[in-house]
Amino acid sequence: MPDGHPRSTDGAGLAAPGRDFQSLILTLQRYWADKGCMVLQPYDLEVGAGTFHPATTLRSLGPDEVWNTAYVQPSRRPTDGRYGENPNRLQHYYQFQALMKPSPVDSQELYLGSLRAIGLDPMEHDIRFVEDDWESPTLGAWGLGWEVWCDGMEVSQYTYFQQVGGIDCAPVSLELTYGLERLAMYIQDVDDVYFLDWDGVPKDRGGKFYGDVFKQSELEFSTFNFEFAETDTLLQHFKDAERECMALLDAAKPMPLPAYDKCMKASHLFNLLDARGVISVTERQAYIGRVRTLAKACCEKWVEASAAWKADWDKTRQERLDNA
Amino acid sequence: MPELLIELFSEEIPARMQARAAADLKKLVSDKLAASGLAFERAEAFVTPRRLALVVDGVPEKQPDVKDERRGPKADAPEKAIQGFLGSTGLTLEQCEQRETPKGTFLFAVIETTGRDARAVLSEIVVEAIRELPWPKSMRWAKNSFRWVRPLHHVLALFDGKVLDGEMDLGDWKLPFTDTTRGHRFLAPEPFAVTGFKDYRAKLSNAYVVLDREERKRIISNEANQLAATARLTLKDDPGLLEEVCGLVEWPVPLIGTIDAEFMEVPPEVLVTSMRSHQKYFALENPDGTLADRFVVVANMAHDPKRDANIIAGNEKVLRARLSDAKFFWDQDKARTLESRIPALDDVKFYDTLGTVADKVERVAKLARELAAFIPGCDAGRAERAARLAKADLTTGMVGEFPELQGLMGRYYALNDGEAAEVANAVAEHYSPLGPRDACPSAPVSVAVALADKLDTLVGFFAIGETPTGSKDPFALRRAALGVIRLVTENDLRLPLDDAIKAAFDGFDSGVRKAARSLIVARFEKNEDPQAEPDLAFAVSKDLLEFFVDRLKVQQREQGVRHDLITAVIERGGEDDLVRLLALVAALSAFLETEDGANLLAGFKRASNILRAEEKKADTPFTDGFSAAEFVEPEERAFGAALEIARESATSSVAQENFSAAMTALAGLRAPIDAFFERVTVNADDPDLRVNRLRLLAAVRSVMGEVADFSRIEG
Repeated sequence: MPDGHPRSTDGAGLAAPGRDFQSLILTLQRYWADKGCMVLQPYDLEVGAGTFHPATTLRSLGPDEVWNTAYVQPSRRPTDGRYGENPNRLQHYYQFQALMKPSPVDSQELYLGSLRAIGLDPMEHDIRFVEDDWESPTLGAWGLGWEVWCDGMEVSQYTYFQQVGGIDCAPVSLELTYGLERLAMYIQDVDDVYFLDWDGVPKDRGGKFYGDVFKQSELEFSTFNFEFAETDTLLQHFKDAERECMALLDAAKPMPLPAYDKCMKASHLFNLLDARGVISVTERQAYIGRVRTLAKACCEKWVEASAAWKADWDKTRQERLDNA
Repeated sequence: MPELLIELFSEEIPARMQARAAADLKKLVSDKLAASGLAFERAEAFVTPRRLALVVDGVPEKQPDVKDERRGPKADAPEKAIQGFLGSTGLTLEQCEQRETPKGTFLFAVIETTGRDARAVLSEIVVEAIRELPWPKSMRWAKNSFRWVRPLHHVLALFDGKVLDGEMDLGDWKLPFTDTTRGHRFLAPEPFAVTGFKDYRAKLSNAYVVLDREERKRIISNEANQLAATARLTLKDDPGLLEEVCGLVEWPVPLIGTIDAEFMEVPPEVLVTSMRSHQKYFALENPDGTLADRFVVVANMAHDPKRDANIIAGNEKVLRARLSDAKFFWDQDKARTLESRIPALDDVKFYDTLGTVADKVERVAKLARELAAFIPGCDAGRAERAARLAKADLTTGMVGEFPELQGLMGRYYALNDGEAAEVANAVAEHYSPLGPRDACPSAPVSVAVALADKLDTLVGFFAIGETPTGSKDPFALRRAALGVIRLVTENDLRLPLDDAIKAAFDGFDSGVRKAARSLIVARFEKNEDPQAEPDLAFAVSKDLLEFFVDRLKVQQREQGVRHDLITAVIERGGEDDLVRLLALVAALSAFLETEDGANLLAGFKRASNILRAEEKKADTPFTDGFSAAEFVEPEERAFGAALEIARESATSSVAQENFSAAMTALAGLRAPIDAFFERVTVNADDPDLRVNRLRLLAAVRSVMGEVADFSRIEG
């Protein structure tokens, strides 16, 4: 390892300094902040991926010409639940996301710098950019890029956004997504997610493993997602979210931001219904299409509304700067 | 003569697109050079994940001078014509030549264009070639409008050792042509300048880049084989994976890793699929042909003991995570019988009105049992059993994870449940053949289920009108039809397809019948009695048989069988036995190769042309049934007698499926028909005589029609 750290976690479950789960997050935040990214906080709704955060979906479209941000986003994928029994799969996990608009010319070097920062020195490993085109049918979004491999393991998704909500991205944003648990398992050399060292505090002195926080949670949520979520209620909520979303967009003064909240809700409700196994293959396409319709409508309205809002706000902003 | 060197340096190009892009770049630039009059000696293209390069040898330093001569109007032509000519050439009258010709004195414009310096032309060509290079998928980046496969970072363009003047305008950024490039991303990141191709290639090699993909393939193949040999194993040949992997590395370094023993009980296909599709690892085999517990990964970093150890350990760890998922599924799936999974297929939709997969399984099981009667050695009970289990693995975790293992996993689970081997094999093979080159099942039970599954799919989609159109075939019905054709012909099955199709249609429920009915009624609304209930099975079978014949023609064409001969045999009518059909076509084809056959065909055409003309004139068809008593000429008598002999012999030979005998019978007509046309006038003055002779010709048509419709044969 680069600075002489052993990679592995010691026998007592303690990661090498700087390699615990929270240090990984802190390091990535520090790194991207130093590169000019605004560090935002997670969005407070259930979403399937960091891309859903309005700071990515909506801001990749407008109104700012320049938008650089980084944040952690808890992500929920109900069908991936394994009742806390599979050491590699979770229905709730964390993504770290950086979004840079316009995509920087030296983006690959910037990205590799972040790997060095968390202790993955490319000279010590085999880092590869392997074709992986990204598409989100529910968001009407797609981009080209790679999955980044470190010694055969996917450590990041690397995507140049081409369209979001069916709208061409101009400028093009670059989205970098790190699967934090998997990355942490790699740098701590732990083969069970529940034994990730979370805090770097000795485990006989109150220090916590990932499992101390989430083992029970995975069991309960897997049971809920697969067995107890009330399908009739979910179906009703889906319809309500869909209706509200369109109503907010059709209002005399359209509200694309709350409308987009409803769209995210609809998407998560669909994921829950999917986990409950009540959606057939053919219906699946139809549901995805309905969410996409909402996402597109929100994005279109956002582009329109945010341009007008930005013009006003820029004036106020300039006045303030001039008076200072 | 000077050399042109181009390198387009970008972020990582998808492996699957590289070879094609190199070929396209070479063609684009070559064509443009030729079109610009810059004849060159040799062009060669190269590609790695990060660069597309092209070297062109022997490019001249300037374009040749071109002399263009145009003749104008006569020297004494009206002023307007002369001015028009001057205007179009841009010359003054004084600059034009006046030349005497046999037709008078004409104005000539002689325009000499001096060839441009190659450097200027090449700069334009480089930019045009970059703009025109097609990618299967391309993208924009930052604020640029230009599209490329991934962001393009520099354009190296050298002619005769010097950088070409010019730049690539991306819309927002501009990339001035350069002589500088970079080596391996990590091992040699510093930029360096090059003076020509030799220098470029050598410096790249020092900078950990093997430019030639063929060379990378050789290195991978050699070193991987060596690693295998050292471990007393052999590398499992995998050209497709080699093609892909050589597009993922600039400096290939194969390394060998170990698969944990606990995973070796998982079926080898699962291990190989997981290693290959997800991780791009090569599999290794033990001397006895079984899968070895080692794998080869191709790294993109030079050898270094500590780093090699890291890379191997990392890859082993990833594989462990992948395989523990696979092992989890294997253990979980085996805990239940395949049979117990059948009810769950009720939740899997097959297609819209065609119901669920459970419905399909029911239909296929019934059909497989019926088809067993036509398959020598097929146990109907086992065929039905295999069909019932065939789709059950779709609900297993393993197939959910690796859909390409469907069928194959079913075999493992069936054997685990103690099912008969032929039942388990049929579960594995029932999707086959999946194309013209895929292995075709030959085990009787497998054939029964494979046929039943495909017929059910074909009949279902045809019944509801979802048939292939043009290039669209979303349900792969062409492949299914080819599958049926191969299963029947390669196993010599004497299967009446019409009956089989109708039996398959019987299995569908009222929803499908309703859909079929409304389609058929809509088609025949205008000319059919709306009250009459259409024969649905008949209508579906008619459409589907036509589809089979189309597919058969396509398949047979590749084997050199003439489509018109297939049509000729089909038009004879009532043929739905593909084996008999092809045997007859083969006999017919051989017959037409003989002199008798070719001449008889000419005689047939002559007879039917006369008949057609006379039938048109008389507005009535002439039917077979001449009267021997009315013959006058010896040639017509002989011909009539020969026809009766041929009729009897051809009919009975066809009935006995002795097709070469049927051809011999027809061959007996050749001499009499020739003599007939030579000596006898068909259009005799005596109307009775004429009609009798026309009936004789009609007899030719019907006798030969016992074998095939010769009017469909071309040539």
